Amino acid sequence: MMRAFFRVAWIVVRKDLTVEVRSLEILSTTLFFAVTVVLMFSFGLVVDGRPLNDVAAAILWVAIAFSGTLALGRTFERERHNDTLRALLLAPADRPALYVGKLAGILLLLALVEAVLVPLVGLLFAAPIFVNSGYLIALLAGGTLGFTAVGTLFAAMLVRARSRDVLLPIMLYPMTVPVMIAGVRGTAALFQPTPDLAVAMFWIGLLGFFDVVFVTLALWTFDPVMTD
Amino acid sequence: MLGLAAGMFALAPWMINAAPNEATMGLVYKIYFFHMPSAWMFMVAAITSGIASARFLFLKRPSADGWALAAGELAVLFGAFTLVSGPLWARKAWGVWWVWDARLTSSLMLFMIFVAYLLLRKYGGPGSDKLGAGMALFGMANVPFIYVSVNYWRTFHPLTSVVPTLPVEMGIPLWYCVTAFTLLFIVLLRMRTRLEHQRVRVEALYLLEDES
Amino acid sequence: MSSDFDRIAVVDVSRHYGRRKALSQVTFTGGAGDIIGLLGPNGAGKSTLLNILATLLSPSRGRVEYGARTATEAGADIRGRIGMLGHDLFLYPELTARENLVFFGQLYGLDQAVARAEAALTRAGLAERANDFVSGFSRGMRQRVALERALLHGPRLLLLDEPFTGLDQASTETLVNRLRECQASGAIVILATHDLDIVDGVLSQAVFLQNGRQVGEPAPGTGLRQRYREAMTR
Repeated sequence: MMRAFFRVAWIVVRKDLTVEVRSLEILSTTLFFAVTVVLMFSFGLVVDGRPLNDVAAAILWVAIAFSGTLALGRTFERERHNDTLRALLLAPADRPALYVGKLAGILLLLALVEAVLVPLVGLLFAAPIFVNSGYLIALLAGGTLGFTAVGTLFAAMLVRARSRDVLLPIMLYPMTVPVMIAGVRGTAALFQPTPDLAVAMFWIGLLGFFDVVFVTLALWTFDPVMTD
Repeated sequence: MLGLAAGMFALAPWMINAAPNEATMGLVYKIYFFHMPSAWMFMVAAITSGIASARFLFLKRPSADGWALAAGELAVLFGAFTLVSGPLWARKAWGVWWVWDARLTSSLMLFMIFVAYLLLRKYGGPGSDKLGAGMALFGMANVPFIYVSVNYWRTFHPLTSVVPTLPVEMGIPLWYCVTAFTLLFIVLLRMRTRLEHQRVRVEALYLLEDES
Repeated sequence: MSSDFDRIAVVDVSRHYGRRKALSQVTFTGGAGDIIGLLGPNGAGKSTLLNILATLLSPSRGRVEYGARTATEAGADIRGRIGMLGHDLFLYPELTARENLVFFGQLYGLDQAVARAEAALTRAGLAERANDFVSGFSRGMRQRVALERALLHGPRLLLLDEPFTGLDQASTETLVNRLRECQASGAIVILATHDLDIVDGVLSQAVFLQNGRQVGEPAPGTGLRQRYREAMTR
């Protein structure tokens, strides 16, 4: 039972990666978009050549949220194009396994984006990304998972809906406010001259809790919301 | 019930007027008699919508959708009351319209979630009832996370006590207002739900008429 | 297989979206070896009915019985006995023909998905183009791959949405022959179309739909086109 579940999820991930490796469309556009976001915000938040307090953490997470939304939208637009999402739902496979497959694919994509984004922010804002990098990675992993877990469900739901492009961020951003706060505050605590590890740990814990609750909920709700 | 709620609201100004003025805030603190019950009903509405959505989604009760929608609209209504009366209070208490107070901020976030819920219901097209149910369910599950995160985020700055300790002569009108708001909530919820159920029935009849 | 069935019954099925009714009280039955045509103009409810038959949509009223059970009673396994060819073909253009077939074969949990995919490619006459991307295929070639994709798991119920659109004479003939093979192997084929001349003589039963409603079937015997015209003007 469990094996069949992960087999289906793996097949879906592998398919998505094959398609993405060939076109590189989502990765390249998302990555460039993320860099653009960082620069746009820098113009507003860097005064007299010096960034305001905690700006690096804020810009990093805003860029992750924006580019994540873009990646989610594009990934499901691809499944909509030849109505292939319907073909996936037609298969006798476990529906939650399809969700896990899509989720894993988008997570991997965002991990690659973050691998460029974090050093970029570190470079531009002199943020100490290599000090306590374990904590930073935990924050990024927990935050990205929470954001994407909710986002994948919403984007999948919205495939059938009208005005889905605008509805996705409208629904996703308020819902992931805890992720944003935890990510920004946790990262800001790490980027301080004397890093506050206790505070970072608290936010990592909150993110872990958020992830468990929302991944579980998404697995429950995926099947009922996808059948009309 | 409607009569009772209306009557209680008619009497509310006297009750509130009878309460003594608070030492530092003067008359303005009486916004609190309006603010706190709204905020409570806002929470109750959000939870009602979430539970009804879960029933609709998992137990496939079609009627639960009407409850979820009605409660979702009331969450936005009472949320708006809360968010308007909160800054009025803040203006007097702290001298600014908006403070990033933990409760006010988390209320704003929850309010945003339910506005998004209504937007989805309105513009989502066919099948948006299911999508909305998922959204409301997630919104309800999000309440503790929003509260904890906003609260902890705020503790980096000095925290101002919002709730004054109330003497009895203030407590009675406060509880009176809470009761009135609860009644108002129940009345509105039932009316709106009935309206929604009747709309569904009218549509069913319309379709039936069409078939015969 | 426990989820198998040899008869499908559509009983009084209606589907509406708010006040717009897509389908209204449709009733028909089909057995193994039947080719049933859903005929009607655009917006008649043909696609809605196919989606209901595919278990992707639940009827607002009425029920669909697969053998003795409805889709909810039979559970997810019933989807393993249904094959569908959608109007949008359900293929990933960025994948090759073989990759598409292997992917869906594995998704359906088939043994020897690769071998089955090879056999399907041969049947589609595309064995030598197996490693080409689907995006470079002509409509007719895509259609053949898509049909084999839908048939990969040997479904009992085959649903086709406008399968003849954009096909040339030769492709159409191939498709008709393939449908006859399915018929001979005991599948129930249900297809939505408005290419009446092609399916005339192929169908064992015709369901005429107009504005979501089933319009009375004129006496058989005359040509399908004439029966269609009679049904629509009633």
